[in-house]
Amino acid sequence: MSEKQQNNTTLDKQQIKQKVDELLNNYLEMDLLRFTTAGSVDDGKSTLIGRLLYDSKAIFQDQLEAVQRASQRRGEDNINLALITDGLKAEREQGITIDVAYRYFHTPKRKFIIADTPGHVQYTRNMVTGASTANLAIILIDARNGVLEQTKRHSFIASLLQIKHIVVTVNKMDLVNWSQEVFEKIKQDYLTNVAPKLDVKDIRFIPISALHGDNVVQPSQNMPWYEGPTLLHLLETINISKDINLQDPRFPVQYVIRPQNDQWHDYRGYAGRIASGIFHVGDEIMVLPSGLTSKITSIHFGDRQLNYAFAPQSIAMTIADDIDISRGDMIVRTDNLPQQSQQIEMKICWFNQNPLKLRGRYILRHTTTEMLAMVTDVQYKLDINTLEEDYQDKDVRMNDIAKITVRTAKPLFYDPYKINRQTGAVILIDESTNETVAAGMIE
Amino acid sequence: MNQKLDNLENLGNYRLNHLRELEAEAIFVIRETAAQFENPVLLFSGGKDSIVLFHLARKAFYPAKVPFPLLHIDTGHNFKETLEFRDNLVKKYGVKLIVGSVEETIRQGKAKEDTGYYATRNAIQSITLLDTIEQYKIDAALGGARRDEEKARAKERFFSHRDIFGQWDPKNQRPELWNLFNGRKHMGEHFRVFPLSNWTELDVWLYIYLENIELPSLYFTHKRKVFNRDGVWLAWAPFMRLKPTEKVEERYVRARTIGDIPTTGLTLSNASTIEEIVYEIATTRTTERGMRFDDKVSETSMEDRKREGYF
Repeated sequence: MSEKQQNNTTLDKQQIKQKVDELLNNYLEMDLLRFTTAGSVDDGKSTLIGRLLYDSKAIFQDQLEAVQRASQRRGEDNINLALITDGLKAEREQGITIDVAYRYFHTPKRKFIIADTPGHVQYTRNMVTGASTANLAIILIDARNGVLEQTKRHSFIASLLQIKHIVVTVNKMDLVNWSQEVFEKIKQDYLTNVAPKLDVKDIRFIPISALHGDNVVQPSQNMPWYEGPTLLHLLETINISKDINLQDPRFPVQYVIRPQNDQWHDYRGYAGRIASGIFHVGDEIMVLPSGLTSKITSIHFGDRQLNYAFAPQSIAMTIADDIDISRGDMIVRTDNLPQQSQQIEMKICWFNQNPLKLRGRYILRHTTTEMLAMVTDVQYKLDINTLEEDYQDKDVRMNDIAKITVRTAKPLFYDPYKINRQTGAVILIDESTNETVAAGMIE
Repeated sequence: MNQKLDNLENLGNYRLNHLRELEAEAIFVIRETAAQFENPVLLFSGGKDSIVLFHLARKAFYPAKVPFPLLHIDTGHNFKETLEFRDNLVKKYGVKLIVGSVEETIRQGKAKEDTGYYATRNAIQSITLLDTIEQYKIDAALGGARRDEEKARAKERFFSHRDIFGQWDPKNQRPELWNLFNGRKHMGEHFRVFPLSNWTELDVWLYIYLENIELPSLYFTHKRKVFNRDGVWLAWAPFMRLKPTEKVEERYVRARTIGDIPTTGLTLSNASTIEEIVYEIATTRTTERGMRFDDKVSETSMEDRKREGYF
């Protein structure tokens, strides 16, 4: 585009190679943090994300110019950072976020994936979707309003989906005179009335102003009383190494590789992504549901051979014995078996405009397997604003959370969702419309 | 490549770095496509994203061959370098190639070609693509699109449903949780699958460098007849109509993203190696789609094209 890109020539080839190797080396030392932000129209969520992207220099010149133009068209003097994350046509027309949008940025320490979800009660399903893959949830509170119903709702969903870290960001501190008292009051309210009901151990609090940037990327000059980290610093340093289950080796077989050529005549590779745990060559394994046992003889990653592999690697393995194994089977270690049942209790979030049919048939998808399932009982519905259990109302409609029992056509091999987010999760699919109607977390 | 760069686990303690995690995710999605669909294809444009996608597909099924064909939608205005690269790749790895021809679509009267200075065959590509999908009874098309490319793409699913008219309905997408992908569909419907959804442009380039992936020569600096239109350098070809004020000159350029000739903005650059390209990418301040003429039409042009069945 511009002549200045020709200034490459100011570095010689050797220097460039050195710089790029440094960049790559640094890049390969970064891990990945997936986080979700839930919030309502007015609490400044889009501004916060815009601020993170802008201050961490993830916004390119042409994107910034587009946002500048859009801001001017709306008659706004400053760059409206919220417009950076503005997505689809319908959203621009209505000025709200109606679906999950994914954003990307990185700092020298980490790469980040943001699942940006809307916060209204009618979008509970979007929040659940965004939370399903997240390590961390940012809960936004407007400092003027304090803890609201939606604060609880977002926190409960994060807890339900087993997000391990919650960062409560008290936003719009500029509108409450940067008051420590306001911040502490909100923090105490959350710790007294919300936190005890959550299954989340790591909860942090940060006072911010997304609009002015205080404590987002730069420490606040306006709140010297706050001595904790900025939001970005926290995101960069929070320890997520224990978020993946490395204890229970589970390998759902996804695909069987059979080259059927001369060089690889007898090769049968069982391909898949390790759901949890670690597998070593030589491990004694059991194949489910057959219950037959064997030994791992090799682990392949592309054309390389590995001595061991761990979650969430995608690999292929070969075993010593000629056992009939196909997609949907699960390979586990003989000394660590999952649970097995045809009567499964789970919490679900209902996604579809057609309500749940008691005794209705659904397709249940779990890891790489699918089977028919019948909903035999709705035990209770959960009020997502108070976490109270309702045993009277059994109508499960869109965005409802409920505890149900299903009967499966075949035995399901699973772990409780609390222990294993991969082998404890299911989706229910409507047989006639093929739509995904529910997400389930096995108890 | 030094040992450290080549290590799958350089974070220690059974931790994948983010690039290897993205790689594992993409391989999972590619295998899931092969398992859930009867007749998938890999959309191959000759651009770096589809080349990376093919590289990942080879890894996913090694030592077997990639079990699905490549599908190239040829606008008839492609760079000859792209076509040569495509044909060599097909020969080298023994995969099947399906070509959908935009010129054929025009000849059959199914689409009318734009005229004027800004004419491209971009919109017609969607018609050719949907025709080819129907003709070959393709039920899933793997594409190299990434969510970071454009705001309409930011809301794409990994498994993206298309109705029998090939249309995308962004307001009624299937929820996608964990890595449980629902590829069930009715007759005549199909899916677009995007294994690189979570990759950024820099991820792609560093992965190409890390894995030593071969690219078409267009990505590297070369002398070419070009002209400047509205601040963007475009390649000259006999079918490109010049405005009276535009003049053809020779410059050292390279492509940062590859479409066909009318849609590909070229960068003035002396970068002749992957290292130099990565260096250039890491230090520039515009997005690669900022180089694309097809996105400049309106603020929502990508969303509109995607609704109609675009890639």
